[in-house]
Amino acid sequence: MAEKSGILIDYDWCTGCHSCEMACQMEFGFPVGQSGVKVFQVGPWQIDERKWQYSFMPVFTDMCTLCAERAAKGKLPSCVQHCQADCMKYGSLEDLVKEVSSHNKQVLYAI
Amino acid sequence: MSEEKKYVLVEHEKPWRYEEEGYTVTRGSAWTGPGCHLGCGVLMYTNDEGKLVKVEGDPENPFNKGRLCVRCLDLPEVTNSDKRLLYPMKRDKDKRGKNEFERISWDEALDDIEAKFNEIADSSGPESIVFLQGTGRDIASWISRLAWSFGSPNYGFPLSGLACYLPRVSGMMSTTGSFWVCDCSQQFVDRYDNEQYEVPEVMILWGNNPLISNSDGFFGHWVTDLMKRGMKIITVDPRMTWLGRRAEVNLAIRPGTDAALALGMLNVIINEELYDKEFVDKWCYGFDELCKRVQEYPVEKVANICWLEAEDIRMAARAFGNAKNGCIQWGLAVDMVREALPAIQAIAAIYQICGYIEKPGCMIAPPEILFYGGGFGSDLLTPEQEAKRIGLQKYPLLHHGFATLQADEMMAQMETADPYAIKGAWLQTTNTIACMGADPKRFYNAARNLDIVVCIDLFMTPTIMALADYVLPAATFPERDGIRVGDGPQRGETINKCTSVGECRSDMEINLELGRRFNPSAWPWKDVQEMFSAVYDGTGYDFKGMREIAPAYPQFSYDRHAKGMLRQDGQPGFNTPTGRIELWATQYANADLDPLPYFGEPDPGPTSTPELLNEYPLILTTGARNWGMFHSEHRNIPRLRAMRPDPIIEVHPEAASEYGLKDGDWVWVENQRGRAKRKVQITTVLLNSKYCSTDHAWWYPEGDPEKLFDVFDLNINNSVPWVPGKSGFGSNYKCMLVKLYKVKDGE
Repeated sequence: MAEKSGILIDYDWCTGCHSCEMACQMEFGFPVGQSGVKVFQVGPWQIDERKWQYSFMPVFTDMCTLCAERAAKGKLPSCVQHCQADCMKYGSLEDLVKEVSSHNKQVLYAI
Repeated sequence: MSEEKKYVLVEHEKPWRYEEEGYTVTRGSAWTGPGCHLGCGVLMYTNDEGKLVKVEGDPENPFNKGRLCVRCLDLPEVTNSDKRLLYPMKRDKDKRGKNEFERISWDEALDDIEAKFNEIADSSGPESIVFLQGTGRDIASWISRLAWSFGSPNYGFPLSGLACYLPRVSGMMSTTGSFWVCDCSQQFVDRYDNEQYEVPEVMILWGNNPLISNSDGFFGHWVTDLMKRGMKIITVDPRMTWLGRRAEVNLAIRPGTDAALALGMLNVIINEELYDKEFVDKWCYGFDELCKRVQEYPVEKVANICWLEAEDIRMAARAFGNAKNGCIQWGLAVDMVREALPAIQAIAAIYQICGYIEKPGCMIAPPEILFYGGGFGSDLLTPEQEAKRIGLQKYPLLHHGFATLQADEMMAQMETADPYAIKGAWLQTTNTIACMGADPKRFYNAARNLDIVVCIDLFMTPTIMALADYVLPAATFPERDGIRVGDGPQRGETINKCTSVGECRSDMEINLELGRRFNPSAWPWKDVQEMFSAVYDGTGYDFKGMREIAPAYPQFSYDRHAKGMLRQDGQPGFNTPTGRIELWATQYANADLDPLPYFGEPDPGPTSTPELLNEYPLILTTGARNWGMFHSEHRNIPRLRAMRPDPIIEVHPEAASEYGLKDGDWVWVENQRGRAKRKVQITTVLLNSKYCSTDHAWWYPEGDPEKLFDVFDLNINNSVPWVPGKSGFGSNYKCMLVKLYKVKDGE
């Protein structure tokens, strides 16, 4: 069985720029509003005098194929390549599982 | 400048053009149209019919390292849009405002324009035609040369107080001899890994949200790159942003009080002796006078002015002053207040007295191939014609920085014909009545009386529909060749044509064609590639040579002021009258301006006009950027419009409750000058219940052309007057008093 791949998101750094969504829409020609990944916003609200909740989270949809054709050519999935904050990492699940606990605010998608 | 013209090249696997599984891939710089201030490395995919089908970031380009924002990713939708202008058109002057354009050939268009412009030059002088541009499109070098070769000194921006970038450029050029940018390693091919480079300990983001705003040659996400490498940030913003949330402190300043804040921080840095004494002694002029001036701005007083906590101001000043290196990335907010110039001077003095100049991770003077705001053809203008430049006598600081007219003076002169009448306008890359023009109806009414108006753009706009007699269709960047000589450190980097749309021509092709009709010796090149090669003269490459090896980085070293590399005469120091950074500005004194920074209250404002607060209780800031739109562009691009379907005003929950507003309500945003329609979004990003914030440059491309796409209902600049600062620079676009009330049915 082929090695399983996934995407690790260091969501502490996601700035909500939506490049992943648009890269996916353009890679596959998806209709406006549909994509293999969608960015959600959490906040802003104030937690205490100095602290705010204000973050973003990319969530993968049923349309995501992990850019299998690109991967076959040795390219990164389009969302990962274009992520402006460089907070998405593509790799084998086996490797990414080891990385997910390296620091807080990471999430691993097995797709 | 005496920078040695040696280039460091980037090793890359791919040539500038290659084949990939049925597609042709063209590598190049993503520079305009549509507008942008950057120039990321892109890979443009075209199919066997030569149609642009996909754009990706170029992983081999150190500028963006394969990353890209939504606007470039979605570029095929722009380039191939069925809304593009595809061929030249004309319309009778008495039909301005009517959707009755007639298709003509390029030859007819250029013949007519040439004849009519020459007729005006003969009867009224070439100075009576103004050549105006917008922002962000590769145009300044070419339109200024067109104006000057025609004999008109009146090249410029139809923006009150030239209040975008130009105040900062003029202010910096006249007090330091250079412009300054944050050192994010963008001048090195190996970027953060370069052995000379050091990460800034602290970056202040002042009136700028660079992640979204793609400011002057500065790729916003370099900030997150550097934060991951340990950089701390301080933000100055009346709104909470993603960056503000991560800042050591966010200074939620009252809009328009930036000068006071900077003077308060200087007060701390000077009185607590956090500045770099050696640097100040050796390289700065007027420190004692500055010292005396900042005593007028104790922190408590400043906190009161800016609606901030004194302790936060101290914390920010100390964090910056105590750092081993640091830099300030500033934005448009500092230009868009009437007394912008002293604000700019005060903010710059913070890093200047800290000695954060020409050192790794500090402020650097960007290496340049061409000063595009006045370096390409200003010698074509006779001194006699130059003296007729609008506003030059009244505002002598126009001698420094961009060689433009002064726009508020132009506005008045269009109405009064004093000292001479304006007869024609060449509007290239500017949608004036939807975007940068203050009081757009005033410009519209005056421009309707001109003998001829020519517009050059990508799409039909309210400005074209309202005013144009001739329309010339411009190319997007995949449709044209070009060179990336724009904001920030310049690189040898080419823009490479890979597709064609209709009869569109590039802005520089259009200017070369028309320019050589007016003045053949000023435009001796057979085509644009030859013209670009002429700009590259001295680099050792011509256009095609550069295309092969691009991107090419001018060799860079730090401490250039000490090495005599910042002055034309090769002497150590800075290119100013005293050879030093002038904290006390000789050129300001010569122009009868205060040579030291000061704070001028925004007027109208809660302090200067408290009597207006009953009627207009809220402070409005405008123009916060959105990911998918560049100024007035992109409203007709489906994927990008879907990210921001409506013009939004952000309102604080307390204000919303006080004025009975709900999320999604449509309101009029109004001051004593005019109003604009907005949709309410209630949000706590506003850090004071009196603040509200709205998008600029709205029009509805889907609207009725003969109602000018509703621009006069939607343009927030209906509320902005044509009134500049004392220096001719700065204007109150971002600090106004307003009220909000619901739009009635049928309005």
